[in-house]
Amino acid sequence: MNLPEDLKYSREHEWVKSDGKTATIGITDYAQERLGEIVFVELPNDGEEFEKDETFGVVESVKSVNDIYAPVSGRVIESNDPVVETPEILNEDPYAEGWLIKVELTDPRELKDLMSAKEYEAFLKEEGE
Amino acid sequence: MRYLPHTPDEIQAMLQTVGVKEINDLFASIPASKRCASPLALPEALSEVDLRNTLRDLSRKNAHGEDWISFLGGGAYSHYIPSAVPALTSRGEFLTSYTPYQPEVAQGTLQAIYEYQTMVAEILGLEIANASNYDVSTGVAEAVLMALRVTEKKRVFVARSLHPEYREVLQTYLKNQDAEIREIPFTPEGTLDRDFLKKEVNQDAACVVAGYPNFFGVVEDLSDVAALIHQHEGLFITATSEALSLGIFQSPGEMGADIAVAEGQSLGVPISFGGPFLGFFATKRAFIRNLPGRLVGETVDKSGQRGFVLTLATREQHIRRERATSNICTNVSLCALSSAITMALWGKEGYRELSDLNFQLSETAKTRLGKISGIKLKFSGTTFNEFVLRSERPPPQILEQLQSQKILGGIALGRWYPELKDSWLFCITEMNQQDHLDKYVEALQGILT
Amino acid sequence: MKNGNLTRSGIQFEEPLLFENSTPGRKGCSFPTWKGKKHDIPPALARRQPARLPEISEPEVIRHYTRLSQWNFSIDTNFYPLGSCTMKYNPRLNEEVARYTGFAHVHPLQPQETVQGCLQLMYELERYLAEISGLSAVTLQPAAGAHGELTGILIMQAYLQSKGEKRRKILIPDSAHGTNPATAAFGGFEVVQIRTGRDGILTPEVLREYMKPDVAGLMLTNPNTLGLFERQILEVTGIVHEGGGLVYGDGANMNALMGKAKPGDLGIDILHFNLHKTFTTPHGGGGPGAGPVAVKKFLEPFLPVPRINMLPGGGAASAGGGPASGWSGAPTYALDFDQAQSIGRVRAFFGNFGMLVRAYTYIREMGPDGLQRASELAVLNANYIKARLLPHYHLPFGEGTLHEAVFSDKKQKDFHVSTLDIAKRLIDYGYHPPTIYFPLIVFGALMIEPTETETKSTLDQFCDAMIAIAQEAQTDPEKLQKAPHLSGHRRLDEAKAARELKVRYQF
Repeated sequence: MNLPEDLKYSREHEWVKSDGKTATIGITDYAQERLGEIVFVELPNDGEEFEKDETFGVVESVKSVNDIYAPVSGRVIESNDPVVETPEILNEDPYAEGWLIKVELTDPRELKDLMSAKEYEAFLKEEGE
Repeated sequence: MRYLPHTPDEIQAMLQTVGVKEINDLFASIPASKRCASPLALPEALSEVDLRNTLRDLSRKNAHGEDWISFLGGGAYSHYIPSAVPALTSRGEFLTSYTPYQPEVAQGTLQAIYEYQTMVAEILGLEIANASNYDVSTGVAEAVLMALRVTEKKRVFVARSLHPEYREVLQTYLKNQDAEIREIPFTPEGTLDRDFLKKEVNQDAACVVAGYPNFFGVVEDLSDVAALIHQHEGLFITATSEALSLGIFQSPGEMGADIAVAEGQSLGVPISFGGPFLGFFATKRAFIRNLPGRLVGETVDKSGQRGFVLTLATREQHIRRERATSNICTNVSLCALSSAITMALWGKEGYRELSDLNFQLSETAKTRLGKISGIKLKFSGTTFNEFVLRSERPPPQILEQLQSQKILGGIALGRWYPELKDSWLFCITEMNQQDHLDKYVEALQGILT
Repeated sequence: MKNGNLTRSGIQFEEPLLFENSTPGRKGCSFPTWKGKKHDIPPALARRQPARLPEISEPEVIRHYTRLSQWNFSIDTNFYPLGSCTMKYNPRLNEEVARYTGFAHVHPLQPQETVQGCLQLMYELERYLAEISGLSAVTLQPAAGAHGELTGILIMQAYLQSKGEKRRKILIPDSAHGTNPATAAFGGFEVVQIRTGRDGILTPEVLREYMKPDVAGLMLTNPNTLGLFERQILEVTGIVHEGGGLVYGDGANMNALMGKAKPGDLGIDILHFNLHKTFTTPHGGGGPGAGPVAVKKFLEPFLPVPRINMLPGGGAASAGGGPASGWSGAPTYALDFDQAQSIGRVRAFFGNFGMLVRAYTYIREMGPDGLQRASELAVLNANYIKARLLPHYHLPFGEGTLHEAVFSDKKQKDFHVSTLDIAKRLIDYGYHPPTIYFPLIVFGALMIEPTETETKSTLDQFCDAMIAIAQEAQTDPEKLQKAPHLSGHRRLDEAKAARELKVRYQF
């Protein structure tokens, strides 16, 4: 399981990379593996705002549909269009090429609620994996 | 019991393997107080020969094509079904297979549906079609629900000239949805009331639904209606009861329809007292993720060979559950197959030819019936193979007298339209032999003089 | 790619698409030539682009579809133990009867006195289904099981509204068919999922927690999708009724209960049947089906219109009325369109009549004893398979199996063999795979429903194959992972299909 140290993780299996003002969000290696071959990705438009734990997009594999929940509150400043065009990128490279959106954080304090790589690893173990 | 193969010895051996003494032990989980104490109160079993006779007798209590002359249409049409159609659809490999969830052993059904989807899209003049709906009445309801999803608006304009039973089904389906139905009146020509539309259709309109041809058989150019609703960012939906008409008349796609539904029964499916029928459902590619029902797509297998699978299943109930685009589970695969075979036999030219033949028969009938004194054509608009006749004498009386001469002379419209209680719907197809019309004209003359 | 790709693969051909075989000028039909005066349609209304239907001769069409048919597994060719689908033998007499001209060529808008045979058949079928389910009134209008569910949910909604109650929630066990939540949501309800108890059935204690005043009712499949009878059914339906709700029964699994127990006696208020499961109408590659709905007496006013009534004195006339007397004498059956509280129509005309003819014929063939025996043997067959496979496959919920057994791939997982691999390998042995990955509460589910029309020797051969596969999983897992090897196609790339979405031929 690939869990980069410099990222923060959510219980809904998203990762967040932040400079304190903006953040890049994607789904974890574990999430892409659980989903299987991803065939469709739906992402929000620039300027859309959402609260933490709201859904902001959809990821579909052949046999499942999954909402993506916002790990932090924010306003979208960029969506990863190539992922929408070629969803398999999410399977191949979830942490780099497969990022989903960049947001401007509404409340940077929320970053503190996220898990470190170690904590996320422990969380996955607890979940039975 | 010819369908049950078990011998007493086999049953004993099986019970032993299972580890119980008798079959009833296997039902121990049913509360004893609620197990059936007496046999079901049903008629005793019949032998195959008795059964066949019983059912044949029952079927003979119905008036039907062989002894009777019928001029009934109104959403169910009698057309010739090529012999090749039942010969192929009664093959056990098609008849007794299930939904093609295991594509490696269902390529026959899958390829046939893929071809069907292509032909339906062609006929309706749109980019894509699904694997079929139950029939066109439920197709109309699904199309409207789709329009509500796509536009996120609530007002639905429905033509009063749309088949009354389709409108009833739509009402039932929309009962618990946040939606409002507005009825579009019809003009003395039998066409959509444009003044009403121009006045009433605005940004709140999710869609306009029109019959094409409508319930009165009237065909009109609806491009302007499509343009009007598009101007207000709503969808244009056409519903076609008689899919044969599209062999000569412009396709819904050509007029600008966003969703076109049609009854495919005319193309190779027996009337069968109204079902099973076949719902054609086509739309623009942009709406593919909002499409209700099953869809077959092309792919390859591990060795690179072309093959077909059910695809975009993520819209459907077995994955999406309460968030599915529709609760539809089955399509009507075997009816879709019948129509696909029929379309393949007719081909590009045959489809046009049969369509034209129906139009010629109907125009001739129109001319002859219009000349009978006491009878008038109700609407002046162009029609396909059915049209509305009017008389001072109440139509139920006329039809009853025709019935006594073994002629099913048409459908009285007063039941659905109080304003048309002087009118009935008349339909003629290639199944009416040459002398049928002569007999009809003669009988009507006799009744009216 | 005209006439392309004609490669041999075993005894099969790769059959080109109709469009690839099309040759301009050919056709497979002949119509009467119009000799009368020629009428023209107004040019503005004329079709501009003809529908590009294929141009093929009749013999080519026959060969095309015959070849396609040979690529299908079917009940007629293979054992088809697809759980929850009840793939039993489809009698040929039923097909013949449905094609009688007196059924197949009758128009739905004919005057009622000319369709007394159809109405009698429907009336009697309603009575038979009412008797089998232990409920009072039946509608035959719904076109399929899911359509029946929709009808049932609308009835539930209409009933509650008539009492002025606003209940927004429907309880559905986590083992339910996907159509249940889809339908409930469609009916305007909020879906609340209830977890199944440890022994695979619903427990009254858990249900009580959920049964609040805003709950309209419970949707329940019994026997449930694990093939288990809901042993606590009387407590369960009692709790819902006490709380003022209704119980909807999904009749998908009625094949286990005919003449053994009646859903109405168990506290079910509304039930839909799948005539294509329990009553042998053919599945046809995915429909048409038929999904009649039966209800308790107090719900009858809400059934869809039209209803079929027997006219006063009708019983005697019906028995005496011979063939060909239907339209001349006084009618015995009449349609009633006027029901103030009805939910309305759920489809045009009267439902899938052709399917009703088949189901009616089946019930008359079997009689009360035959139907009961069918359920008994279906349950025996399922239990026999369960007993034989138990040493080789994991069975998460074992107690009280009726008509189907749900195994999982837990034992095979150690060898990196999944349910999908097992399913595909079964194809090589000549069997249609069971239902897989359903119900969702069993990870890697393999749901096996043999039905009563299979012989012991077929079941034995199938079990032998399953056991051989369990051994292969240990000795040669790769063989399973790459299966099937002997079908016309290898595993198909579903992800590619979903990404590219080629859903029609491009000319």
